[in-house]
Amino acid sequence: MSVLEIRGLHVSVNTENGSVEILKGVDLTIKSGETHAIMGPNGSGKSTLAYSIAGHPKYTITSGSVTLDGADVLDMTVDERAKAGLFLAMQYPVEVPGVSVSNFLRTAATALRGEAPKLRTWVAEVKGAMEALNMDPAFATRNVNEGFSGGEKKRHEIMQLELLKPKMAILDETDSGLDVDALRIVSEGVNRAKVNNDLGVLLITHYTRILKYIKPDFVHVFANGKIVEEGGPDLADKLEANGYADYVSK
Amino acid sequence: MSVLATNYLTPTGREEAWRFTPLKRLRGLHDGTAAVGERNSLVTKAGLPKGASFTRESLDPLAVSDDVIIERIRGEVADVAHLSIDANAEIKEPIFLTRSAGALDSAELSRVRISLGNHAVATVIVENIGDTLLAEDLEISLAPGSSLTFVSLQEFDAKSVYTARHHAVVDKDAVFKSITVTVGGDVVRILPTVEFTAPGASAELLGVYFATTGQFFEHRMHVDHAVPNAKSRVNFKGALAGKDAHTVWIGDVLIRAVAEGTDTYELNRNLLLTDGARADSVPNLEIETGEIVGAGHASTTGRFDDEQLFYLMSRGITLEDARRLVVRGFFNEIITEIGNEEVQERLMERIDGELERAGA
Ligand SMILES: Nc1ncnc2c1ncn2[C@@H]1O[C@H](COP(=O)(O)OP(=O)(O)O)[C@@H](O)[C@H]1O
Ligand SMILES: [Mg+2]
Repeated sequence: MSVLEIRGLHVSVNTENGSVEILKGVDLTIKSGETHAIMGPNGSGKSTLAYSIAGHPKYTITSGSVTLDGADVLDMTVDERAKAGLFLAMQYPVEVPGVSVSNFLRTAATALRGEAPKLRTWVAEVKGAMEALNMDPAFATRNVNEGFSGGEKKRHEIMQLELLKPKMAILDETDSGLDVDALRIVSEGVNRAKVNNDLGVLLITHYTRILKYIKPDFVHVFANGKIVEEGGPDLADKLEANGYADYVSK
Repeated sequence: MSVLATNYLTPTGREEAWRFTPLKRLRGLHDGTAAVGERNSLVTKAGLPKGASFTRESLDPLAVSDDVIIERIRGEVADVAHLSIDANAEIKEPIFLTRSAGALDSAELSRVRISLGNHAVATVIVENIGDTLLAEDLEISLAPGSSLTFVSLQEFDAKSVYTARHHAVVDKDAVFKSITVTVGGDVVRILPTVEFTAPGASAELLGVYFATTGQFFEHRMHVDHAVPNAKSRVNFKGALAGKDAHTVWIGDVLIRAVAEGTDTYELNRNLLLTDGARADSVPNLEIETGEIVGAGHASTTGRFDDEQLFYLMSRGITLEDARRLVVRGFFNEIITEIGNEEVQERLMERIDGELERAGA
């Protein structure tokens, strides 16, 4: 049983016009097995929250804390956060020219498991993960995210989620750019990871449609750098009907 | 031992061709003060396949050169190490030539010829290793319809000085592909040059170089489109790490008035991995006719991409390993063109080692 605790998180970015505060005090607690949906309009700071937890160098934490099972996440390097059990499925996964998917996955698995996975079981593991997400085997020989379609990038992120077995996953708009079939396949991958690894999920989304496939236990409305309303799954239905207008105008 | 004749014009460093080269570090190769030793270090590494022969013979140069060191070599050395591929021979396995002996207290002046007969197909890999002071005039002739992949590996030890011209003369419908790799030595200066003598010929000049602390690597291309309908591609990628690592890439492409239908593109990309290193990159396209298929060039110099490093590290990969992956990935595009797993992996490990040594 793991707990990710975010307390009073304030985050700024440096711009040409000096430092701008994006997150204005975020409080959130996620436990193993729980799924929390964070919903909010574009520009409200959802990705900033995701990146700040993962440790992207662009963001400066000005106050607050993030802990995983009591350990200070903000004090860790990016790779240490992953080793502690955090995973970020990115809204815009990054291309790494010349590095094949198979090489990348094996390097990551080696880093996270502390030893190189046995070649034979590893090959079967990757093959299984790819089949489960309806991915062409040739995918493994392609360069990381290079020339991938939007859907392929998202499948690749979820394949990593399944292979790398984190404790807590932040999924940043994993649903955007997916057609209905791909959305279902990707959602099933997330649900498998939840069942198999008792995964805690922070599901960031702009739309409610992914919530039909991945059932949230809690829904948080995010606007202007903080959580402005919280509730159960029914809050998503309300957002579906009314949109974010109520929150943005405040 | 003899001392090089000095009746050639000694470069001063003000000439266009020499303006980047640290002449003082050439150990007298350029001004005739280097003592010349009797070494013929180039040897075959394994038995030669059928259709190939390797001999020493007296040969006239294939092409003129305006490089003062090449002139000196030709003035001193009559014997040429000659790898010859018979007409119509199709040799699948690469032919390896390697260096048997090196020395720093005297210079080796080397003349090499690689010649392919009509429609011959071969891959030749030259391994330049050890610590040596070496000046080389390497000429390649491709007869009509022949195809050569020429891999030149500068895997020298730290003190080596190597100055060379690798000149290919490419005849009708012949396909020349070179992969020049420079990862070792104190000063390496190579002139990869190509001259087309009949239409339908093509040349692809690929290369990678990785200079670390204090090393100077210069690659000075010249592609002469002197006939119509020839095609050339140049793609060199370089990385630099450590104080005073310095690389120079010059891409001279000349499309003469007669060279209608020319198709050429040249690209140089540099990755500056630390402060204190310097990459000079000078593409230079001279076009004397407008009747061409295409002519272009691009040159970029960048640093580690923070987004790439973040992505890799977010999967548990350490900063050090992430950098190694990114650098390997950067070079991978060219290195895989060698087509020999053993050589490719050896080079990647050398690149890892250089990166580690430079502390990048
Ligand atoms: N590097 C940056 N420079 C300036 N503004 C930024 C930078 N990064 C993010 N922002 C701003 O921060 C706000 C939140 O962005 P983001 O976290 O991406 O929102 P969301 O994911 O909710 O759409 C936006 O107004 C965006 O313009
Ligand atoms: Mg976003």
